[in-house]
Amino acid sequence: MLVNWTHTGPTVVAAFLASLVEFVEALTVVLAVGVVRGWRGALMGSGAATLVLLAIIAILGPALMRIPLGMVQLVVGTLLLLFGLRWLRKAILRAAGVIALHDEAAIYNKQAQALRREGASAGWDKIAFATAFKITMLEGIEVVFIVIALGAGGIGLLLPASFGALAALAVVVALGLIVHRPLSRIPENTLKFVVGVLLSAFGTFWVGEGLGLTWPGQDWSILGLIAGYLLVATIVVPTCRGRAITAPSAP
Amino acid sequence: MSWLKGILREIFGLFVDDGSFAMAILAWLVLLWLALPHLPIAPQWRSVILFAGLLAILVESVLRRVRQR
Repeated sequence: MLVNWTHTGPTVVAAFLASLVEFVEALTVVLAVGVVRGWRGALMGSGAATLVLLAIIAILGPALMRIPLGMVQLVVGTLLLLFGLRWLRKAILRAAGVIALHDEAAIYNKQAQALRREGASAGWDKIAFATAFKITMLEGIEVVFIVIALGAGGIGLLLPASFGALAALAVVVALGLIVHRPLSRIPENTLKFVVGVLLSAFGTFWVGEGLGLTWPGQDWSILGLIAGYLLVATIVVPTCRGRAITAPSAP
Repeated sequence: MSWLKGILREIFGLFVDDGSFAMAILAWLVLLWLALPHLPIAPQWRSVILFAGLLAILVESVLRRVRQR
């Protein structure tokens, strides 16, 4: 049970939070498409992309099961590490005020304006379909990667990772139907900070396992890695903020 | 095909944002993979070295980005 919960708990939380961020970003654009161009094209584009994503899962999932676990952990762990540390780096820079915060309302307005400029389509709205398809594919591929990466690290982890992602989808769809606006009140930047920490910790653990390293405390070290990344990231943010303020501006 | 190229570019962008940051991570992993089996380091410290190196790469990259601002 010890092994199960130290892996399963953080896996569900990481998959849920990471997927939540991606689905919120997709919802913003799909809402803009639906409101400006009509819901038929928006829903058909998202639906078609979802089918493509399901096909990718159906092909990749069983294929991954045939590769030795150590190899999967090393390759997927490396990708998860690149993905997670990229998120964490960006989240630190955002929290420190070095780069702009992600603003769903601003993205919605920009997307809506761009869609209005395209003009009306007679009959089949290719622009609505293509825009909804592309954003659902892009954000969906990230979700598929997160689920497969978190699920591939150990036996029986694909189910909790999928559960986390599906729960996030249900929450975002429900909120989208109720609010009918971009979910700009969701603290997306804080979520990205937490997700960056979680994915980096999992990536580090899987890479270590793939390299055949011994982790002190075995599976418990995942919690130690999470605490380590979180501690360093929270120390670095104020340091960067101070340096960003005092640094002379470029000529 | 431009949409497919766009999607592939976006997928690459999922893993590589700052090229030197991604290269540093990969170089660290390859270095450990090649060197660790030949170094007289206790097994429990090897994973700690992996983690410490990744933290150092993260902090260096963030501070470098702040300096570039």
